[in-house]
Amino acid sequence: MAEVINFTIDGQKLQAAPGTLVINAAKQAGISIPSFCYYDNLALQAACRMCLVEVEKTPKLQVACTLPVAEGMVVHTDTPQVHQARKSMVEFLLTNHPLDCPVCDKGGECELQDMAFRYGAGFSRFREAKIHVDEKQWSPVVYYDAPRCILCYRCVRICGEGLGVSALGIGNRGAMAEIVPNRGDHLECDECGACIDICPVGALTSGAYRYKTRPWEMEHVGTVCTHCSNGCKTTLGVRNGRIIRANNRDRSGVNGEFLCIKGRYGFDFYDHPDRLTTPLVRQGGELKPVSWAQALAVVAKRFTEIRARNGKFAVIGSNHTTNEENYQLQKFARQVLRTSNIDHHRTGDVATLLDALQGRASALASTADLVNAKAALVIDSDLAQEQPLLAFSLRFNWRINQGHVYAVTPGPVREDNYATTVRAEPGREFEQLQLLKDRLAAEPELVILFGAAIKGEDIRRLVAFGDSLGIPVKYVALVDYSNSRGASDMGLLPDLLPGYRPVSEAGLEPGLDYDQILAATDLNALWVVGANPLSRQPLASQDAFVVVQDLFLTETAQRADVVLPAFCAYEKNGTVTNVCGDVQKLTRGPKTMGPKPDLDIIALLAKEMREDLGPTKVADVFAEIRNRVHGYNLPLVVIESGGAAQAVPPNDRIQIQSRPEVVRSAGNTLYTSGTLGRYSPMLNSVLEAPGALYHDPHIAPFVAKGSVQVDTTEKYG
Amino acid sequence: MTFSPELEARFAKLLNSYPPGRQRSAVVPMLLYAQDEIGCVTQELVEEVAHRCGVTALQVDEVIGYYSMLHRKPLGKYHVQICTNIACQAVGAEDLWAHACKNLQLGNKEVSPDGLISLEEVECIGACAWAPAIQINYDFHHQVTPEKFDRLMQALADRTYSARPS
Ligand code: SF4
Ligand code: SF4
Ligand code: SF4
Ligand code: FES
Ligand code: FES
Repeated sequence: MAEVINFTIDGQKLQAAPGTLVINAAKQAGISIPSFCYYDNLALQAACRMCLVEVEKTPKLQVACTLPVAEGMVVHTDTPQVHQARKSMVEFLLTNHPLDCPVCDKGGECELQDMAFRYGAGFSRFREAKIHVDEKQWSPVVYYDAPRCILCYRCVRICGEGLGVSALGIGNRGAMAEIVPNRGDHLECDECGACIDICPVGALTSGAYRYKTRPWEMEHVGTVCTHCSNGCKTTLGVRNGRIIRANNRDRSGVNGEFLCIKGRYGFDFYDHPDRLTTPLVRQGGELKPVSWAQALAVVAKRFTEIRARNGKFAVIGSNHTTNEENYQLQKFARQVLRTSNIDHHRTGDVATLLDALQGRASALASTADLVNAKAALVIDSDLAQEQPLLAFSLRFNWRINQGHVYAVTPGPVREDNYATTVRAEPGREFEQLQLLKDRLAAEPELVILFGAAIKGEDIRRLVAFGDSLGIPVKYVALVDYSNSRGASDMGLLPDLLPGYRPVSEAGLEPGLDYDQILAATDLNALWVVGANPLSRQPLASQDAFVVVQDLFLTETAQRADVVLPAFCAYEKNGTVTNVCGDVQKLTRGPKTMGPKPDLDIIALLAKEMREDLGPTKVADVFAEIRNRVHGYNLPLVVIESGGAAQAVPPNDRIQIQSRPEVVRSAGNTLYTSGTLGRYSPMLNSVLEAPGALYHDPHIAPFVAKGSVQVDTTEKYG
Repeated sequence: MTFSPELEARFAKLLNSYPPGRQRSAVVPMLLYAQDEIGCVTQELVEEVAHRCGVTALQVDEVIGYYSMLHRKPLGKYHVQICTNIACQAVGAEDLWAHACKNLQLGNKEVSPDGLISLEEVECIGACAWAPAIQINYDFHHQVTPEKFDRLMQALADRTYSARPS
């Protein structure tokens, strides 16, 4: 077969690789052929006949979406016959279509509307009564309106091929054909909403968004999902300062069009009725609402007092706050409070991996590597539950790029359906790895993703194993929350400064870690920012003055002396770093009144204590991070334009002084997300919640739900 | 789910007649054979076939929804299918259908109370040259007039029916 095929479309002489479909070849030449059922990276369907074109020497019109270009082929997309065919196809699709555009969610961004407008006729020859079928609700997320459906099978294919869930199918046939869910009258699935977003018409609608607004009434704000560490880009639809929906139809970002239920529907925690809106100060044993000025004054006064008598401070930072906030928080702890007792709930042993790699920048996999690598190996993680985008990416790589996937896990995982998977009890992974070694060594390259069970010395063993394969190996230390990686990189650690520099460089000794902070009986003050450590364990220091910054009155906030209401990531500007070290930009969506961004709270406290923490604006703090934190001197233009730039690992050894035992997975499933998940009505309402992890005996599958009290948060905290 | 040894042997042969990884091709014949043995397609059968062919139960449901000769409810001992498609229609199939409904006191896809006869209006059964045509179980009957139809039904009731095409 020739390397390139020569052919003509609409008089343009073109070339393309063998196998290129006419629809894509035309697109590359700037000729658009209308289509419904054709969809990039999904199996060919040829169901809608919208893409008919004329091919010379072929008597009948051909479907451009399944026709590969051939040598000497002459295609016409702009002839009276083609126009007539398009008109007829639209007329046919509208036979039973209700044309209820004025009330349909999709109106204004509907592909059928666009096609009817561009190619359709203003009348129909069908005079029969339209077939009506009532709308059905399949889950709190998914609703289906059969008459609007044009049977393009996109939803069926994205669910089956894309996600590997296969929860949708086609029932009946002909005019009565419709989409059916896997459990007769309802769905049991990932509830991701991918089917809804991919639907070209308004046949599938979401419980979160339906009938709330019209697309043109919203402002569309590109930001990053605030739930897990995968860092999916999401577009918030904001109207009157409120989030109405989240999706990623522009397919930009590390996730393409992927979002899981948390990214698409789990934003609703932000306006939960229990959201804190004013600062609280304990007076006479009770937390009473006060003004910001009063609350900040109380904190500043007590901090100053405790510092004056050399009292003992501790700070627990967040897995969700921005890099700028984390950077300023550790600066505050070390410069103002003069303490090294600072940590966060570490959900993966990032520092040890970076140390074991000793500056090999090419040994850290980026998010994009997961869809391109020739082979990937997952150890001790139930990816589809814990790292939804990474699971989707590996599957995509296998499906589209023939990448090989291996998994060593203690229980069944979704990857079993297509990957080489072996079972290994925790602690015995390395025995199984030895058995896989020859096969892995025969791969041209490998990405290894490992869960929190591999930490400390095991990471060094794993890197030695990777080295022994004799092929290029890249690693991902799996972490759980949206900025877990950034918390580590920005030095929310008792032994390491931002960029993993030893604390000795700041003239400090290593401080107490997370567990030690909670267990210490002699703390005078504890400052908790965006974390809920007391949900599992009381604070040993009875008399400590406790300040909590959070969205909700968590168990930790209930113990506080001062509670400062904070913004969530959707309300902030700043940057976050995902599990692979890719740094992306957050953009403020809703305009919530009352709480403040943690960055402002930190700055205001410093001001109140008459301390200089340097820059206060997000951009200025990020500029300082770029200057001072190793690995973060990233191209501003990439980040500013909504792209992802990978942080570079430190090039020396890292002087790790803390114990690997403090590294523990949060144990989140696809339907839980720590505190945020507890306050998301949508996540709590789906039948599948809270989901189950194979390796986590602490989460009973299908615990009673419907109440925000189901706590799968920080269970070890 | 257990089937007769003959059916099991048939299944084994079927599953072996497709290249590895293409076992889903056996879904339709397996359902048809099993339906003949069990009387209809039960949910248990759906799941069993799905399991054996390596597809989801939903994918088997799709097939059943598509093909009209797969039935979820038991049919009569004799399933009487009357073609009303174009060739048959041109020579009186609609009258024949009305006649059948009236005489048997059955509507489309209904089964007689004694379970002997079920009636179904079907599309072209490929016997246009001998229209109007009907099919009883797997056997064709040609140029069926209302009188001939009544004789056939009488034969079914009398247990004197012979499957030989007439
Ligand atoms: S919500 Fe997601 S998992 Fe459920 S049917 Fe739709 S695409 Fe499939
Ligand atoms: S529901 Fe939407 S995506 Fe699915 S087949 Fe119908 S029109 Fe296509
Ligand atoms: S995979 Fe993670 S980052 Fe992506 S949408 Fe889901 S929770 Fe958000
Ligand atoms: S896009 Fe070609 S048939 Fe649907
Ligand atoms: S139309 Fe009746 S058999 Fe063909």
